[in-house]
Amino acid sequence: MSEEYKVSIGLETHVQLKTRSKIWCGCANVFGSEPNVDVCPICLGYPGTMPVLNREAVKLTVLSGLMLGCEINRYSKFDRKSYFYPDMPKNYQISQYDKPLCLGGSVEIEVNGKKKTIRIHRIHLEEDVAKNNHFDGASGVDFNRAGTPLMEIVSEPDLESADEAFAYLQALKQILVYGGVSDCNLEQGNMRCDINCSVRPESQEQLGTKTEIKNMNTFKGVHRSLTYEIKRQIDELRKGGKIYQETRRWDDEQGVTKAMRSKEYAHDYRYFPEPDLMPVVLEEAEIEAWQASLPELPATRRQRFISEYSLPEYDAGVLVAEKAIADYFEQVAELSGNAKAASNWMMTEMMRVLSDRDAEIVDLPITPAALGALIKLVDDKVVNMPGAKTVFAELVEQGGDPQAIVDAKGLAQVSDTAALDAWVEEAIAANPKSVADYQGGKQAALQFLMGQVMKASRGKANPPMVLDALRERLGAAG
Amino acid sequence: MATPAFSSISTARAALQQGTCSSVDLVSDLLAAIESKNSALNAYVSVDREAALAQARAADKTRARGEGGTLCGIPIGVKDVLNVTGQPCQCASDILKGYRSPYDATAVARLRNQGAILLGRLNMDEFAMGSSNENSAFGAVRNPWDTDHVPGGSSGGSAAAVAAGIALAALGTDTGGSIRQPASFCGCVGLKPTYGRISRFGLTAFASSLDQIGPITRTVADAAALLTAMSGHDPMDSTSLDQPVPDYEAGLTGDLTGLKLGLPREYFLDGIDSEVDAAVRSAVAHCEKLGAEVVDISLPHTKYAIATYYIIATAEASANLARFDGVRYGAREAGQDPLDMYGRTRAAHFGPEVKRRIILGTYVLSSGYYDAYYLRAQKVRTLIRNDFEQAFTQCDALLTPVSPTPAYRLGERTADPIQMYLGDIFTVTANLAGICGLSVPCGFTQAGLPVGLQLLGPAFGEETILKVGHAYEQSTDWHQRRPGVWAGGADV
Ligand SMILES: [Zn+2]
Repeated sequence: MSEEYKVSIGLETHVQLKTRSKIWCGCANVFGSEPNVDVCPICLGYPGTMPVLNREAVKLTVLSGLMLGCEINRYSKFDRKSYFYPDMPKNYQISQYDKPLCLGGSVEIEVNGKKKTIRIHRIHLEEDVAKNNHFDGASGVDFNRAGTPLMEIVSEPDLESADEAFAYLQALKQILVYGGVSDCNLEQGNMRCDINCSVRPESQEQLGTKTEIKNMNTFKGVHRSLTYEIKRQIDELRKGGKIYQETRRWDDEQGVTKAMRSKEYAHDYRYFPEPDLMPVVLEEAEIEAWQASLPELPATRRQRFISEYSLPEYDAGVLVAEKAIADYFEQVAELSGNAKAASNWMMTEMMRVLSDRDAEIVDLPITPAALGALIKLVDDKVVNMPGAKTVFAELVEQGGDPQAIVDAKGLAQVSDTAALDAWVEEAIAANPKSVADYQGGKQAALQFLMGQVMKASRGKANPPMVLDALRERLGAAG
Repeated sequence: MATPAFSSISTARAALQQGTCSSVDLVSDLLAAIESKNSALNAYVSVDREAALAQARAADKTRARGEGGTLCGIPIGVKDVLNVTGQPCQCASDILKGYRSPYDATAVARLRNQGAILLGRLNMDEFAMGSSNENSAFGAVRNPWDTDHVPGGSSGGSAAAVAAGIALAALGTDTGGSIRQPASFCGCVGLKPTYGRISRFGLTAFASSLDQIGPITRTVADAAALLTAMSGHDPMDSTSLDQPVPDYEAGLTGDLTGLKLGLPREYFLDGIDSEVDAAVRSAVAHCEKLGAEVVDISLPHTKYAIATYYIIATAEASANLARFDGVRYGAREAGQDPLDMYGRTRAAHFGPEVKRRIILGTYVLSSGYYDAYYLRAQKVRTLIRNDFEQAFTQCDALLTPVSPTPAYRLGERTADPIQMYLGDIFTVTANLAGICGLSVPCGFTQAGLPVGLQLLGPAFGEETILKVGHAYEQSTDWHQRRPGVWAGGADV
């Protein structure tokens, strides 16, 4: 029987920070401009220019550290990392070498119901590089991205499968979006990562030789490349081969990782302290103020939803997954005074609409106030559930005031006994077989009669009252 | 023809105020002088005549309205390493051929705000790397006192132009003596301010933790005037310090009583040229006569300064000069791929001394060598800084030679870079310690070459060294002597 293998994966995740301007200059930090529009002599590395640190970038990095439970270095500094490449305006990147802003910390993940803590090694702040574009017979560099603030989160090699790596990235994204640190928009390259992966026989204590897969920009790609690389390494060892410490490139089309020529990655970065910037010294009061400004994180919020609103664990998890949805839910719960109903609406109707339309909740015309008001109308028996769903559909399309829509569409629930009795009599007269079935003991027949009454009322009859009236009129089931 | 264009900023400013001359007169006189004398010296690399005259006309109008700053209408020459909007900024290198600055250095902008006219660009050692101004893509600069001799470097063009009368005053930069040493070789006043006193924004970096901009002038008062105009915190330079800016001219009282001046024994070595030694010692005696007390001082780590300096300066330079790759500006040689293009571009367009320093700097930062060189150099730098801190508890300023020798012949030291580096022994320490230093003329050799006296002050001690330098200058006449090529005529 062949030996089983253990997998160790560490991720270096680069996250673009959501600042207004770049990290060293006043240029806008935006995505999607025409090439080389958001540039100036500083981010183009013109002779004589100097960097000035954008404090907002420091704040967002420290916020991330606080959310991940890192230790915040009160004294931190920047260093120059030298290498020649056309995407580097100065041919050195200003990064942090031995004194990063944050140390330690962790991310909680859950895979197949199993919870696990992934340790963070460090978080540092650096500048992003430009983007190279290749054309027929020529290359161009777009410096819009050069000098935008980039945070690098380095994990310990605690991840043991492609699934765990995927879950880690999702958990990280959720936290960072919650904290307003980054949009983590993968299409815009807000989150990219380098993977370190090694395998070793289960009996072996020491980590195996690792390979590095560079520049992954989708979570799915991370999962696929790791699935491939883990199998490749195990297969190699099983057949008596050797793993070489090397950098590999993921070929998404072929679905394989390929070794890069050593020339492409063998750098001596020659780090040394950046003489153009002063060290970053953080005051206690400043860190405390940032800590106080932190939003409630997903895990905590989920627990609170369970205890405060008595939601099932699953529902709480779905609602907190996206901060905007959780915020929306809490507003609806508060405005309606009925958290249970708010959760039901969110979990069913709202989730369906969002997935059907692939829409963001903040972009829908229906406001939390409107949904809250609609729930109140149901609770006050102004409108029944079928009517409420009609109102909801209208709110999703155009927004507006639920009461006004009820009035305009004549959806007000009818609770007037005389009117209800008339519809009940009508249904009984028209369906003698169902009446007989019910009296013969078939409960389902009552539901059919109920449906007939609702139909006659064009959905407006008060359902519990209809049920009471039918039971009273027909007597108990035989 | 002793027009104010050949006197000093103070005299020219007074003449402009009295209306005895116009800024157009000053600029025209200097343009004519450059026309006739520059070819012998190679001090200017470019002069924008029309722009300078236009600025002069505008300054005269401003002055006529009773407005204008402290330097309104005063022409200043600028070392080719400083960015001036629209002007070339080639750093005397082939690799920046055709490059024009899209912005003003902060120091330049501050002079402009005071009304100064940016007359032209001055030759230098390529990227400020050199002590003789022989490392220039524009060719060597010649010493006005003897054109077979070097003017010093790297701000050789600035010093030669001021000494020869083709600039009223000029800006230089000093990384290891590049203002003070050429000032001393050419008989000018040269001030290296405290690190952080003047913004470095717009100064094309050689060694970022050592570079400072400063004036090269004919009088200490002029240096004080330019220092006042350029100093102060700049939000664009995080290493510029937020210290109050005094009126440095107002501090030139001439009174040295109560001042203690230290003589660091490590700066008076056996190898020092005897004429330099004699001139400096006689200047020290003169200062005593002016009321200062002279005390013996020791700066024990001086002997490590040259090695420390050349490790730190080249390390920083290797990164600072990495941006010259042909991608965004300057010269470009075609290559098979980007890295090939970089290699070819840099090989073809950097001069030999620049290459030597990039290689040295790359080496000392390399993995496996960092601790032995760069890290150790940083530790020694701290010791050198501590030496000075200790010294300044015992005295107000230090008196030393600027250079162990007067100006040497062109080509005399080019074959031996180490010998050239050793000539910086008395100047690099101020840069390593971040303190201020001033060079003032203190005599001549028998061959007629100027000798400079160096005054070193503590961080932000410019008022003290300027006061001493001014008192010494005003009670001697070294600064009034003129070289043979003097552009202002015989009558001064
Ligand atoms: Zn910019």
